[in-house]
Formats: sequence, structure tokens, C-alpha cells
Amino acid sequence: MNAVANAAPPIASSGSVGAGFGWSFVRDLTLAWRHPGETVLVVAFYALVASLFPLGVGAEPQLLARIGPGIIWVCALLAAFLSLPALFATDYADGMLEQMVLSPHPMPAWVAGKIVAHWVASGLPLTVLSPLLGLQYGLDTATLGTLALALLLGTPILSLLGAACSALTLGARGGGMLLALLALPLFVPVLIFGAGAADAAASGLGAAPHLSLLGAGLILAAMAVPFAIAAAIRIALD
Amino acid sequence: MAGAPHLEGRALACTRGMATLFRDVSFVLDAGEWLAVRGANGSGKTTLLRCVAGLTRSEAGTVERSGDFIYAGHLAAINDDLDAAENLKSLLALRGVDAPAPAIDAAIDRVGLAKRRMLPARRLSAGQRRRIGLARLALDPAPIWILDEPLTALDDAGRSLFEELLHAHVRAGGLALVATHHDLAPVPARELRIGA
Repeated sequence: MNAVANAAPPIASSGSVGAGFGWSFVRDLTLAWRHPGETVLVVAFYALVASLFPLGVGAEPQLLARIGPGIIWVCALLAAFLSLPALFATDYADGMLEQMVLSPHPMPAWVAGKIVAHWVASGLPLTVLSPLLGLQYGLDTATLGTLALALLLGTPILSLLGAACSALTLGARGGGMLLALLALPLFVPVLIFGAGAADAAASGLGAAPHLSLLGAGLILAAMAVPFAIAAAIRIALD
Repeated sequence: MAGAPHLEGRALACTRGMATLFRDVSFVLDAGEWLAVRGANGSGKTTLLRCVAGLTRSEAGTVERSGDFIYAGHLAAINDDLDAAENLKSLLALRGVDAPAPAIDAAIDRVGLAKRRMLPARRLSAGQRRRIGLARLALDPAPIWILDEPLTALDDAGRSLFEELLHAHVRAGGLALVATHHDLAPVPARELRIGA
């Protein structure tokens, strides 16, 4: 009966940024791995919608090459949005979020871990798949590369901004719809610079300015968003 | 952990919307004591506990805590897709408690989930999920417990198991603030009645 008390004393340590980040990152990736269905759904949606456009607008190579990057970006944006509502809602519903707030780790640390895990499970596969989808639109190699690079910089911004909106809509009724209204307008700058990068590459202008702006946006979002989310979660739990 | 644990609330008050739940609630808890929070449904027991844990801001008053604490509310913080050991490990790791696998297994045996070890929590009953929470209490060395209705969904055996844990905790110099409607076996040092 007393085996528990005698079986090596557990040690409590104080919180740290690294431990908090690692904890939520590993946990969320484990859960995503348990249920690969969600990631598969996101990727399948992305591939399907991006493949419907050539069928819809006709097989004109010039037109397709012109609209390809924009369409792939819009599809990536919508696909990234699909898995956002559950990002904090599950932990909120089962009480884990309370325990996370009360943990000794700084809130922005584990919030960042969750966001990075979300990106690995949704943004990263979308980025990896994008050159393949670009081929359907007859994009040349340089444009494909720029498109993938722009997505690599842009999808983490989508995860960050989306997570902020997801935290803001915690506990709201009809949170999913509200989340769409809140998040999609915020995605607009990312879309403009992201699709603009590939356009610029296609017309031989050089995509560096667009990519630099995306990179700057990513740094800004990565620095500010975890703190904003921490505040939003505190409000939701109060 | 520096010194003996101590938990004190001074003149706490809380309003929700238009209604004042409680005002001027004070209590002191020292090592080796536990305090039962009593009150009718809706009198603000949960809110008081959340205030003390720091989840909800109180309208007035201060809370003084010295020592690590764990809070267990109505929501058990059990993920449906993880099994008992994984849930336990996750909860402990979050607090920075490094419990070795044999200790976790022993705790799961102790709360009577040995045969359900491999099942994801979604296949456990409400009481069995609660028992994962009991295993957490057994493993976490935090000297302060803030527990909201810990007996919900537990059967008689679960109840005596909880009483055993509470007894051991208090005897080992811990303290506990427990909202409950039951008369538990280690008699509380004091009772705190809230609400009119």
C-alpha cells in the first residue's frame, strides 16, 4: 500500500523557458502523432482545393502560371486555418489549460511550444507539398523555389496570428465562425507579400524584398504573439 | 522549499457579474492542517479556490502563499487520447516533477487502475478518470493542495483512498484547502463557511 511513498522521492524543480517550451511542444506533437487524421485532413484539403482550380478555370498554361502562386497561397491559408479552432479549445475544455497557467513555467514559453508544434503539424507539410502543387500550374523552377521559401516564412506567421485569434475566441459561443472573421483579415498582409514574392520571381524582378518583409513579419509576430496569447488565456480563464 | 508551507487569505471578496459571491473571507492554514470550505451550491466555493490559486482575480483582499501548490478543479485535466500513465507523467512533468516510471506504475496500481493501464482515457469512466487525479496527489510533492470537490464521481473505495492520501499529506507537514460537502475522516482543523 505504501509502495508509492517509498518508491524514490520525486523532485520538483522550478520553471524555465526551455522546459515549458519543450513540455508543450512534445505533448502536442505526441497528440498530433496519435491522431494523424487531423494533419492528413489539412494536407488533403490543401491538395484538393489547389487541384480544383485548374479544372475550373481551364487548362491555359499562361493563365495558370499567372494565378498559380496566389491560389496556392490562398489554399495554404485556408488549410492552416482548419486546425486552428482546436489549438487551445481542447486544453481549455479538459482543464489542462488551467494546469498549464498554474505551472511554474513562464506562459509565453509553453504557448510558443504549442504554436511551433502546430506549425510542424500543419504549416510545414503545406510548405513541403507546395512545389508539387505548383507543378500543376506549370510554374518554373525559380518560381517554385520562391513559393516554397515564401511559404516557409509565411506559414509560421499564419500559425502565430491564428493562435492569437484562437486564444481570443476561447469560451466564446460559435468560436469557429468568430475565429474565421477574426483571423482571415489578419492573414491578408501575409498573403500579399507571400504571393507577391512568387509573382516577382516569375516576372524576373527578384523576390528578396517580399521575402525580407515576410521574415521581418515573422520575427515581429514571434516576439509579440506569445505574450499576447498569455494575456488572452488569463482573461479566458478568469 | 524554504520553510514550512503557509496559506493565508485576507478579506477576500469576489463578484460575478452583478452578484456578490462573498466578501470579507479570511483564513489561515499552516503546516499539518487542512481546511474544509463549505457552502451551498453557487455560494462561490469554486471561485474562492480559483482566487486562492491565482486563476481568478479577487475584487479585494490578498492571498499569501509560501510553498508549491497544486490545484485540482472540476475539470480533471485528463487528455482523452493519452492513457493513465501518460496523463500522469504529463501532469507531473508540467510542474517539473520528475517521477520515475516505477513510481508512476505503483501509483496507478494503488488507485486501482492497473488493469486499465493501457486504455486511452476516453475509455475510462468518470470515477476512473478522477482516480488518475488521486495518483497525481500521491506523486506530487507540493506541500499545498487546493482541491475542488475531490470526491466527485468517486466510489466508497475511492473516497477512503482520498482520505488516506489527505491524512498522509497532512501528517507529512502539508496543508490542504478543500471544498467539499462530505465529512472526511481526518477532521479538518477548521471549517470555512461561505455564502449567506
